[in-house]
Amino acid sequence: MLEPLLFLTFEELFPRGIEHYLLGGLLIGLGTAVIYVGTGIHAGASTFLETTLSYGSKLSRFQQPRFIASRDWRVVFVLGIVSGAAAYAIVAGEFYWITSVDPWRLFLGGILVGIGTRLGKGCTSGHGVCGVSSGSGVSILNVIIFMGVAILVAHLLVAVGMGVSA
Amino acid sequence: MSGAGVVAEHEGHPLFLPLIFLGGFIFGIGLAVSQMARPEIVLEFLQFDDFGLLFVMGGAAAVTGIAFWGLTLSGRSAPMTGYRFGRRLKTMDTNVVIGGGLFGVGWGISGICPGAAYASIGIGNVVMFYGIAGMFIGAYLQGYLREARTSSGSPVTSD
Repeated sequence: MLEPLLFLTFEELFPRGIEHYLLGGLLIGLGTAVIYVGTGIHAGASTFLETTLSYGSKLSRFQQPRFIASRDWRVVFVLGIVSGAAAYAIVAGEFYWITSVDPWRLFLGGILVGIGTRLGKGCTSGHGVCGVSSGSGVSILNVIIFMGVAILVAHLLVAVGMGVSA
Repeated sequence: MSGAGVVAEHEGHPLFLPLIFLGGFIFGIGLAVSQMARPEIVLEFLQFDDFGLLFVMGGAAAVTGIAFWGLTLSGRSAPMTGYRFGRRLKTMDTNVVIGGGLFGVGWGISGICPGAAYASIGIGNVVMFYGIAGMFIGAYLQGYLREARTSSGSPVTSD
């Protein structure tokens, strides 16, 4: 699978071009940097899950002071993400886009993502962006593992006829 | 332990929450512009159909890298919290490996990660509530199981 990659052209590697990917990535970084410059906080997206659980669950796991202290702004952070994505989609005329990925895949994948990010101390933004750019060996290892495993799983699904195309 | 008596991080400065919202807003635009809010595009990367995701993560990490390293080296503290600027460093243990593996299986099945899933709701993809419900259930399960284990003898861990 890897060998033929070496002979692929730019158009085959990046059939949609790279501009919007790069621009979007720079904006993701800028949003994170804006928060960091003012607060010194590395805002990852997945801690929202367990800090928000502290509003409704009495488990002392979720009632940790650091979760209580950050849960309100993490809700605001997520509202900002939803609003920013909505604003772009509306302006670009792409609003109310609906995925064709099966709900069960989103649900089952979501459960594993929820367990995995909490156990592994971060997600694509926490480890993948903030941790990697911090030069953290722990984050680089985590990213190599989750990306490698995900590529393997996605290829297995393609092999059994469950590939996805946009 | 309850929420009473804990000072919330945003209480120290009136512009804290507006700044968080602004940062999240820009972050959300980025996820929509880069199409990461669409699980199909992420799955096409994982299937080796379109490698654009590398530019998303690389572009984001380049910007945060400049901010993190520059401000950390400055030795200053953040104006709104007083926190010393530092890099994002976590401690190593086997959970980092196991958690990364589980996250990878979930990501490979669904093409969703937390930030992109929130942004997906923003672009009107209501089906993503299945994914977000799953993530909350997963986070709860993890917390529940960890608490059940720690309360049965082994020392309390904090990450």
